[in-house]
Amino acid sequence: MSSASAPRRAFRPGADTLEIGIMALLLVASFSFFALMAPGFLSAVNVRSMAVQLPELGLLSLAMLVPIISGGLNLAVTFTANIAGLTTAWLVQNALGDAGALGIIAGIGAGLGVGSAAGFLIGVIVARVGAHPILVSLGAMIFLQGLGEFLTRGGGISGMPAGFQWLGSGSLIGIPIPMLIFLLTAGGLAYFMQFTRTGFSIHMIGSNLRATEYSGIDVRRVLIVLYTLSGLLAAIAGMVMLARFNSVRVGHGESYLLITVLACFLAGANPFGGFGRVLPLVLGLMSLQVIASGMNLMGASQHLATAVWGAFLIVVMTLRMPFLKRS
Amino acid sequence: MDDIALRAEHVSKIFGQSRVLDDVSFELRRGEVLCLAGENGCGKSTLIKILNGVYTPEAGAAFSFGNADAVSRITPHDARSLGIHVIWQDLALFPHLSVAENIVFDDYVASPFRPLSRRAARQEALAVIERLGVPLDPDSRVEDLSIARRQLVAICRVLRAGARIVFMDEPTASLTRNEVQTLLEITRSLSAQGISIVFVSHRLSEVLAVCQRVTVLRNGALVGTYSTEGMTQTRLSQLMTGRELMLTPRHAACSGDPVLELRDLSRTGEFEDVSLTLHRGEILGLTGLLGAGRTELAHVLFGMNRPTGGELLKNGKPLTLRSNRDAIRNGIAYVSEDRLRLGLVQNQSINMNTAVTVLDELEKPRGFLSPQRLRGLTADWIRRLGTKVSDAELAVSSLSGGNQQRIVLAKWLATKPDVLILDCPTVGVDVGAKAGIFEIIRQLADEGMSIILISDEAGEIWMNSDRVVVLKAGRISRELTPDATTEASLEEIINA
Repeated sequence: MSSASAPRRAFRPGADTLEIGIMALLLVASFSFFALMAPGFLSAVNVRSMAVQLPELGLLSLAMLVPIISGGLNLAVTFTANIAGLTTAWLVQNALGDAGALGIIAGIGAGLGVGSAAGFLIGVIVARVGAHPILVSLGAMIFLQGLGEFLTRGGGISGMPAGFQWLGSGSLIGIPIPMLIFLLTAGGLAYFMQFTRTGFSIHMIGSNLRATEYSGIDVRRVLIVLYTLSGLLAAIAGMVMLARFNSVRVGHGESYLLITVLACFLAGANPFGGFGRVLPLVLGLMSLQVIASGMNLMGASQHLATAVWGAFLIVVMTLRMPFLKRS
Repeated sequence: MDDIALRAEHVSKIFGQSRVLDDVSFELRRGEVLCLAGENGCGKSTLIKILNGVYTPEAGAAFSFGNADAVSRITPHDARSLGIHVIWQDLALFPHLSVAENIVFDDYVASPFRPLSRRAARQEALAVIERLGVPLDPDSRVEDLSIARRQLVAICRVLRAGARIVFMDEPTASLTRNEVQTLLEITRSLSAQGISIVFVSHRLSEVLAVCQRVTVLRNGALVGTYSTEGMTQTRLSQLMTGRELMLTPRHAACSGDPVLELRDLSRTGEFEDVSLTLHRGEILGLTGLLGAGRTELAHVLFGMNRPTGGELLKNGKPLTLRSNRDAIRNGIAYVSEDRLRLGLVQNQSINMNTAVTVLDELEKPRGFLSPQRLRGLTADWIRRLGTKVSDAELAVSSLSGGNQQRIVLAKWLATKPDVLILDCPTVGVDVGAKAGIFEIIRQLADEGMSIILISDEAGEIWMNSDRVVVLKAGRISRELTPDATTEASLEEIINA
């Protein structure tokens, strides 16, 4: 016997079902726990506040998931969101203020464009130079941070028109708009990753870039597309943040950066690339939000909630190992 | 019977439900080179691990050494004190340590806290290196050495540890022909020093060249032990597989239209002025030593690298390849020699690996890559090539070498190529599966596909080609038809 080991399962579909199961279980468990223990957890106010808070981290995590599946990382997601938000805010306030709804739409378009451009730049460098994405996106992150602070002189821009603020505080058919944006984006991304050539290729290059290239896939194009997509998703997060806080500042949401990485790994994305799914990530993010809000209601400090998040990652990793023994 | 170094009788091993070794007996004489042969999964590795003390055999086994009493199992400690050593394929060396440190490594283990003198270590290592008569520098770091040199370090290390019985697991798998010759020489000299060697290799010509006897296992059972005198490769593969293999030479005359023409194709530093014509339905054998420019030429034909001179014509029209996507669009497919790193994306599924080359066709309507169509495509190719797959959602790494190679063929045949370049298509493939692969290749040629078969195994080339081109140092040195030569003389031409 050259290899006495049992056949190794790829991550689909059995392993996918497992990840979704683990995350659903986690969500049900944390939800039930806080529904029983935390006063007012099930109140409309709390449920709504959870639904409004989740999308920022959620969208940034989606922006992180795509590069992680490709075997890379995009450390610039939070500052990309800031720069996109700044672009929109500045344009709406200074140049497009009189254009009304059309001005807002144009401003959002420009913000999303700038975010995509930041991602595109990272993608081009990763694809053409072949440098490791961690280095490239770290450079981009520091660059965007410095550029943003230089342009704003460390200050922020606040005061958006009411129409724009509605994106952060309004609801449609009872669902807060930020949540709606998040769910639609997540759904779209899930489709893209699962049912398009580019999504397929992102998984393949995450496992073995050279073999994928030898198979006739234009890996440079795929890399550029995926980092552009990551930038776009980060910019959408930037729009939601701007709408909700009615202001934008460089460094806003900076602490989310490593949490997005944690959320991806919590949801079973492979740190070495090739595997990761949107649905488990969405469920995992919901659990994290439930934990944070529940602990807040119980009077615990926000920092303790962060500690619990970290502990959760370790516990879930440990539980997952026996199921996914891979070399 | 004091010339018996090791005798094992009634060795069985059960893993879970399956009996991987069934009442096997094994005998090794002092100073002989014995081959342990069999297909993947026949129980070779399990037997080695039992004899080396890694696994405990089922009750009833008996092991004896020279005149000592029989024991029911070999413990790792026994293995050490009897001088039984295994050189695994991965060699288990420490890449960051020097050659000398690796050779005397067992001293570090024996007395972990006593500081070792570097000078003494160097002296001792040098003594072993001289005893073996190999060109090793005791001070170079192992990671800077070629695979062949590393292997010599591994041999020195077991010699230094007092080896009397050495198992070598696929020692020639990643060596060039000259390096193989050196290794075989060393094997002979070790056996002359009274050390018994068990040689495990898929390359039957080497087995017959170096071993005195061959023990054949099949499906966990002993087939028998035979003298290599008068043994042929064909007979040995029959013993290993239990089947009559269809191994008749092809030698079909070919007069199809030219499909691919190379005119003075060159790439500086790799190959020079290669002119060739590949006809429709032809299998063109391309051979030569490693480094003669075979793979480099294939990379240019597949668009991975640009030629620096000369012309390429496809169906009479000039062809410029800017990338391998251009090559694929023009009906050229390339099966890499490195299946592990370039041929397949090992940890992704069989489905994804089969479909990766034809995503454009599967994405219909645009923007929807249908999982049904994708699975249908894989299922179709699995059936057509007779691949053994239990679940196409499994990682492709779960398949055996032969079945993996069929998936590689499937992914390229799915692109409907008219030129198929096969770079060492039987590396790491069992004897039985090899014949299956060549059956497929011959059938493809009969259906009109033009095939370039690259291999350094003269037998393979001679048996399966219509025409043979021999490369030497980047240039065509000979062009011949198999009819006009024999396997042995082709081998000589390659090595000349």
